[in-house]
Amino acid sequence: MANGSTPLGISKFVAGESKAARLFFVALLLLAAAVPVLNLVVPESSPVHLSAFGITLIGKYLCYAMLALAVDLIWGYCGILSLGHAAFFSLGGYAMGMYLMRQIGPRGVYGDPILPDFMVFLNWKSLPWFWYGFNHFLFAFAMMALVPGALATVFGWFAFRSRVTGVYLSIITQALTYALMLAFFRNDMGFGGNNGFTDFKDILGFDLHADSTRVVLFVVTALSLAGSYIVCRIIVESRAGRVLRAIRDAESRTRFIGYPVESFKLWVFGFSAVIAGIAGALYVPQTGIINPGEFAPINSIEAVIWVAVGGRGTLLGPILGAVVVNYAKTWLTGAFPEIWLYALGALFILVTLFLPNGILGLLRSKGKPKA
Amino acid sequence: MTRLTRVRGQLIWLLLALGAAGFATAQTPADTGFLATLGELREAAYADKAAIAERLTQSGHPAVRAALTALLEDRMYYRNTDQKIFLVKNGDADPLVLIDPLTQKEAGSAPADTLTKISTNNSLRHTLRTTVAHFSLSSPDRGVRIDAVRDVMRSLDEATVVLLRERLRQESDPGVKEEIETCLALASLEGSDAALKLDALRKLSKSVNKDVRNGIAKLVEKQADGSVLEQDAKVRQAAVSALDAIDGKRSFYAGIETLFFGLSMGSVLVLIAIGLAVTFGVMGVINMAHGELMMLGAYTTYVIQSAMPGHIGLSLFIAIPAAFLVSGLTGVLMERTIIRFLYGRPLETLLATFGVSLVLQQTVRSVFSALNRSVITPEWMSGSMRINDALTITYNRLSIIIFTLLVFGVIMAILKRTRLGLDIRAVSQNRSMAKAMGIRTEWVDAMTFGLGSGIAGVAGVALSQLTNVGPNLGQAYIIDSFMVVVFGGVGNLWGSLIAGVSMGVFNQLLEPFAGAVLAKIVVLVCLILFIQIRPKGLFPQAGRAAEDK
Amino acid sequence: MSIRDKRLFLEDLTVSFDGFKALNNLTLYVEPGELLCVIGPNGAGKTTMMDVITGKTRPNAGKAWFGNEANLLQLTEAEIVAAGIARKFQKPTVFEQLTVEENLELALPGSKTFLAALRAVVTRSQQERIDEVLEITGLTEQRRLDARILAHGQKQWLEIGMLLMQNPELLLVDEPVAGMTPHEIERTAELLRSLAGEHSVVVVEHDMHFVRSIARRVVVLHEGQVIAEGDMDKVQKDPRVIEVYLGV
Repeated sequence: MANGSTPLGISKFVAGESKAARLFFVALLLLAAAVPVLNLVVPESSPVHLSAFGITLIGKYLCYAMLALAVDLIWGYCGILSLGHAAFFSLGGYAMGMYLMRQIGPRGVYGDPILPDFMVFLNWKSLPWFWYGFNHFLFAFAMMALVPGALATVFGWFAFRSRVTGVYLSIITQALTYALMLAFFRNDMGFGGNNGFTDFKDILGFDLHADSTRVVLFVVTALSLAGSYIVCRIIVESRAGRVLRAIRDAESRTRFIGYPVESFKLWVFGFSAVIAGIAGALYVPQTGIINPGEFAPINSIEAVIWVAVGGRGTLLGPILGAVVVNYAKTWLTGAFPEIWLYALGALFILVTLFLPNGILGLLRSKGKPKA
Repeated sequence: MTRLTRVRGQLIWLLLALGAAGFATAQTPADTGFLATLGELREAAYADKAAIAERLTQSGHPAVRAALTALLEDRMYYRNTDQKIFLVKNGDADPLVLIDPLTQKEAGSAPADTLTKISTNNSLRHTLRTTVAHFSLSSPDRGVRIDAVRDVMRSLDEATVVLLRERLRQESDPGVKEEIETCLALASLEGSDAALKLDALRKLSKSVNKDVRNGIAKLVEKQADGSVLEQDAKVRQAAVSALDAIDGKRSFYAGIETLFFGLSMGSVLVLIAIGLAVTFGVMGVINMAHGELMMLGAYTTYVIQSAMPGHIGLSLFIAIPAAFLVSGLTGVLMERTIIRFLYGRPLETLLATFGVSLVLQQTVRSVFSALNRSVITPEWMSGSMRINDALTITYNRLSIIIFTLLVFGVIMAILKRTRLGLDIRAVSQNRSMAKAMGIRTEWVDAMTFGLGSGIAGVAGVALSQLTNVGPNLGQAYIIDSFMVVVFGGVGNLWGSLIAGVSMGVFNQLLEPFAGAVLAKIVVLVCLILFIQIRPKGLFPQAGRAAEDK
Repeated sequence: MSIRDKRLFLEDLTVSFDGFKALNNLTLYVEPGELLCVIGPNGAGKTTMMDVITGKTRPNAGKAWFGNEANLLQLTEAEIVAAGIARKFQKPTVFEQLTVEENLELALPGSKTFLAALRAVVTRSQQERIDEVLEITGLTEQRRLDARILAHGQKQWLEIGMLLMQNPELLLVDEPVAGMTPHEIERTAELLRSLAGEHSVVVVEHDMHFVRSIARRVVVLHEGQVIAEGDMDKVQKDPRVIEVYLGV
């Protein structure tokens, strides 16, 4: 390592990733540039034409990649295994969904200018207070990040302060998302109950079904992923990142050299929830639906396996894992629907037994002899 | 005995002999007459139906009571194809379970739309009730008599009062006597004698019966015009205090009922958590497939019941050890192939066992299809025990409580009284010391995990009686089971017992105000908050060993 | 002499776990710049005492003050570190996945909040201090290696080095020579002796030979209480000490 400017440098753990990181950025930019061209410029008859469905699919993968990044930041770097990140993802998604519902306006089935269809159906007379403001995009946008962030902060404040760690934390995060799922299934919560939100019309005045809107949403997603990656990278390469890894490996030692461990956990947990929330917010206009099923505990655990497959404790691993596993899921559920759960189950078992550092760990250990 | 009846008797004997010679299924002329009269009900007007019922009663045929009861309860039908009359087991079901009106034996089943109900109206039902009560009051079965008195209580009139008085004179059973006296006291409230009413109220205030309560309430309720039915102030006062006494007792019993519901719900929670308390608490293994091991137990019950359809109750008892074996062996297999490589890495164990849970789910989906299977509850579990007018204890809830206590007792005995239990405790407290003393720790690990998994299977047998057996059964319970163990304090079976029961009772206390789903959410949120305050649960393991973790 | 002249004072500390008294009315003072050795059989309460001083365990009763100003019972672990107390654990705990140099960097004094750590860079003077500690602990050559690769003794030194980075007024050192070679023990003794004077040092140790080689004052704990104190010779002659500890 010949970088004199930072004599302590970055640990080689991260440094090993920097070449791959550059590659990743190039690939992501290429993708962001190629997708619009392949969809808008290349004629439909051409074999390389990318359909709107294809864009949405890749867009979805990138949202999942952001979620995986969020899970990895706290699991891979700080050792906190959250089984409740789907809750933050879904809350972000619901915030976006509320904005999109308000945008429908009088075009709903019942034609009420203000109330979404499901409220008319439930015979509600006025908008519940927590729906106010969601007709403004900026307000809704703030909520997409703030609501998950605030929930994580409050939850984390209680949990970390009382030293809930390890599997206990995993279990109560799972209980959290489960409780939220049960709550959102209730009609009187005011979030559309069982059916959630769907039949969206447009976003910021653009028709959601138009190819151009989908392309723009895709590019925004790609850029958000790149942005999240950069911020995560800044965090993990700073001294704060080293403290996080110190917490992961020896929590009380970190405490005894004077770091307020709880506060570090809280910051990174909150930030991770914000990334997850934004990912969820980007997911909803692309898939066109959000319902309480998104809160299901299995979704959180699936996100964890993306991270494990890709390689936790690296930033590229979770992105790679999310895309690979979800591509496999799309393909398998289409071709052999019976097989998918077997495959996913086997993946969980095999990765934990034989591939503790994921695909990236495998590549790295092939690259150099073991120490 | 008159000459006529004697002749009729001889005639019957003659015909009976003929019938026995002529038909494989003997039907006496009395039976034929009974069926014919019954058949008239098909087209008769309501007023005529009362007369027909009267004629049936006069005939003295042994099947009359069952038939009239069925008519009263809207359970009498005739088949559209051949106009034959049938009683049915349950009027709301489809297909209907048919009962032969003569023998009261089951006679197959038929879709509801192939039969037509013989309807009744209010006044007919009133007549029928008195008639049936008359029958029932003279039944040799004490329980039937008591039920009859209670039935009558809801429709007291002069005729029934006369009936009751008559019965009271002959009645020897003190319980039935008591009921009749209560009934008569209630009837006397409608009279005009204040002294009699005061007397009656004094007696009635000891009751907890809802009908008694309503009868008294009628005296003091404000009418539409603002007046009160009872004119005498003293009686009104006595009525109010009697009401207070009754309400007090009723709410006491309602409290007991809530407690009982809570206990039974808590027992389910304990049952689903107790296997986990062994694997998680004693071994520190996070088994996310615990729910699926319960599911396997439930499916085992289903398979065994399907294999021996005639012996529902027996199959359940066979299913208990079978489910223990199926789930236990699955557990041992999991431990030997996966978990043993992951000791000391709880988060990895969590992920790997979650993978196992997915595989198990898909396996039963492939073998049994994704549809829910229903397991039949044996007869003896579907009844209920009546403690008094305000409190009834259902046998299925009672059996789950008893079953849980038994399972808990057996586990405790295994852990405290057997060599395996000693080894398990030794390994969980100090693995290397145990190993040094010659305990085969690997074998103990496998057995402990097998034990915990086997208990999950046994819990599955119980769950099959409470809920639909399907591939998602496990997922529905896994979070609850973890919460019970964590709430109780890991490594402490008593903690799990107390945690499960208190969660169940708390949930039942909330349900009337919040509804089932919200109550569950509130319980979850309270638990999440509780763990924040006491991260190690209700009964934490104290001391240095626990501190060092 | 007022007790306020002491560097650390513990008075009537009692800690009980489920009725078992790990500390039983323990009273102990540490002078400024002194090197104090605490010995005692297993379960005497040595580690529990360290836990109380560093805020890991809260006592059921008693007082614990650091100088005149810091009531240790009301401070969090991080605040206790900031007040100037550093602790080395019985089992060497260094950050295995970080390099030796990064381990020392994390131990640098200064603001340790998340936002500060996010912006932190190593200044020239801090770098010099790191180099100096690397020199003292003899780990200069290993500075870029991951800590997990270090030998057992090196890990112990790295941990002591991390304590030194914090420049604490009081060093708590729990069994520093367990598992060390005689040569390593010799060097560790030297290191600790050189630290006394500038810092107060409290060493918990089983190795009698090692204790004799460094200690000026020895305190013997038994069942959560001080049963003897003084120089090594005096302590070794104390009949109670012989009975509970040395005689065995």
